[in-house]
Amino acid sequence: MSHEWPLWEIFIRSQHGLAHKHVGSLHAPDAEMAVKNARDVYTRRNEGVSIWVVKSEDIVASSPGKKEPMFEPASSKVYRHPTFFPMPDEVKHI
Amino acid sequence: MASDGQLLDYVLRLADSDLILAQRLGEWVGHGPVLEEDIALTNVGLDLLGQARLWFAYAGEIEARLVGTGRSEDQFAFLREGGDFRNLLLAEQPNGNYADTTARQFYFDVWHELLLTRLAQSPDQRIAEIAAKALKEVSYHAERSADWVIRLGDGTEQSHARMQSAIDDLWMYTGEMFAADDTESALAAEGIAADAGALLPLWRERIASVLAQATLTMPSAAWMQRGGKQGVHSEHLGHLLAEMQSLHRAHPGAQW
Repeated sequence: MSHEWPLWEIFIRSQHGLAHKHVGSLHAPDAEMAVKNARDVYTRRNEGVSIWVVKSEDIVASSPGKKEPMFEPASSKVYRHPTFFPMPDEVKHI
Repeated sequence: MASDGQLLDYVLRLADSDLILAQRLGEWVGHGPVLEEDIALTNVGLDLLGQARLWFAYAGEIEARLVGTGRSEDQFAFLREGGDFRNLLLAEQPNGNYADTTARQFYFDVWHELLLTRLAQSPDQRIAEIAAKALKEVSYHAERSADWVIRLGDGTEQSHARMQSAIDDLWMYTGEMFAADDTESALAAEGIAADAGALLPLWRERIASVLAQATLTMPSAAWMQRGGKQGVHSEHLGHLLAEMQSLHRAHPGAQW
């Protein structure tokens, strides 16, 4: 039996309208304390308006070893970028 | 009619309990059981220190009204002797183990939140403003310390035993929070101060509910220590002040 507290990944939304962003991880005995610890560790300087915590073990990650089959095929497919359309000058912010 | 002298005394009680407990919590810096707790507890300490500063600033103004000049925050904190301090005995009790620190904080926070809720309605504008500001911080403190009482009480056999003895050992320092003397009664009669005794049923109800969740037994001893608010302290305060005041006394007026 492990006596270590589980690890939690912390996501903070810095202001309304923005998405939660991963800021780091910490240890806590349960979800409620993880939120409180996140408040104390990651929002001391007014960084956030909302906190999400997720147990690290619940995150399913892509394997670094499979980087090539996962991501390399996309690098040679420039036609997936919408850069082949002539854009009228009047259209801004694309 | 309550006097300015009584008001000064009352505001210093509020300031001193915050300051002394903040100093105690500061002793945990770098010694917390885990990094997260170390930071969290220090945050609570710094909140209380900030509140103490607001109360001291107001105390200085009242003193100036009373005798012409008022002392500064530093003078109040660093240049008074033990007998001049008006903090609750609970605040000066040593940190002990983590259950002791948690029990002390829990008893204090629940009372503090009730007190500030009441003081936020004070007809004394400054008291009401400081209380309203502090209340936001203290509501979080109270939630946090109750969380820990529940987790340690309803945790392992060892954490349960330690939490129960901490709850029992500090119980005798809680009576003082609800025992009004002439100063508090005179101010409470005008609504300026909280009616200390009126907070007791609310406090007991909250404590009982958390202890029940924590599978802990509520102490029932009736005999209570008192004296802190009148300047009669336990032997622990002198040692605490020696450490807290040494720098200022060695280098008077030192600035960062």
